[in-house]
Amino acid sequence: MVEWTDFERDTIQDIFSRIEYDVVGPAALARCLVVYPWTQRYFGGFGNLYNAAAIKGNPMVSKHGTTILHGLDRAVKNMDDIKNTYAELSVLHSEKLHVDPDNFKLLADCLTIVVAAQLGNEFSGEVQAAFQKFLAVVVSSLGRQYH
Amino acid sequence: MSLSDKDKAAVVALWGKIGKSADVIGNDALSRMIVVYPETKTYFSHWPDLAPGSPHIKAHGKKVMGGIALAVTKIDDLKAGLFDLSEQHAYKLRVDPSNFKILNHCILVVISIMFPKEFTPEAHVSLDKFLSGVALALAERYR
Repeated sequence: MVEWTDFERDTIQDIFSRIEYDVVGPAALARCLVVYPWTQRYFGGFGNLYNAAAIKGNPMVSKHGTTILHGLDRAVKNMDDIKNTYAELSVLHSEKLHVDPDNFKLLADCLTIVVAAQLGNEFSGEVQAAFQKFLAVVVSSLGRQYH
Repeated sequence: MSLSDKDKAAVVALWGKIGKSADVIGNDALSRMIVVYPETKTYFSHWPDLAPGSPHIKAHGKKVMGGIALAVTKIDDLKAGLFDLSEQHAYKLRVDPSNFKILNHCILVVISIMFPKEFTPEAHVSLDKFLSGVALALAERYR
């Protein structure tokens, strides 16, 4: 089981209570599709992803970005059992969506960068450490049911 | 994943805006790296003070960003331009190259905090490619 300090718990709850889901989610997904263009392979049905402007303005990307971020809510509410919380989603990403789990880390890095821009100087080293630890646990849980 | 002309132009343009804050960026990135990735502390056991913003970290951050600034001027041939630095890292410093990626990430986070408007996804991809190129050039002489 993952051990969380009080600071880490408080930091995660605080971040997710403050960020605007329909700004951060779309921005993180769009950034991932631009910075790591091979991730576009999973979004063939999303229409125009031809350039950064198209990606940023794509309504399907925005909607999915928000969906993904709300998916993190499950972990925020169940920090003591993230592994089991994501068992079903892990199977989905493996068996149905066929997403290479390395991609989870790429999205996590983009999310870190977008949240950093949102929180500015409040995104201190300690806050970043807590946030990245949280995302690392999520990423690990999502990759757990792959075989 | 080599740098296109568009990438090079984007990096030079971004550096034009953020370059004068290089020392601050270096200090924050290094301080942050030590906190977020404690395993990197192993390279700084000879410093008495590893608290964020300590004089050692400040000075070293300045040095590192000086290297990045140099790399920007050598963007057309990073391997040749960073040859001496690569020799230094290979034979003297012996920093495991996996750490270049770690520091690069911290630099990107700091730039995102300090320059949220300039650090668009387009600027991000070019800078990420550039920093990856720098890491590769720095590891060139390792073996």
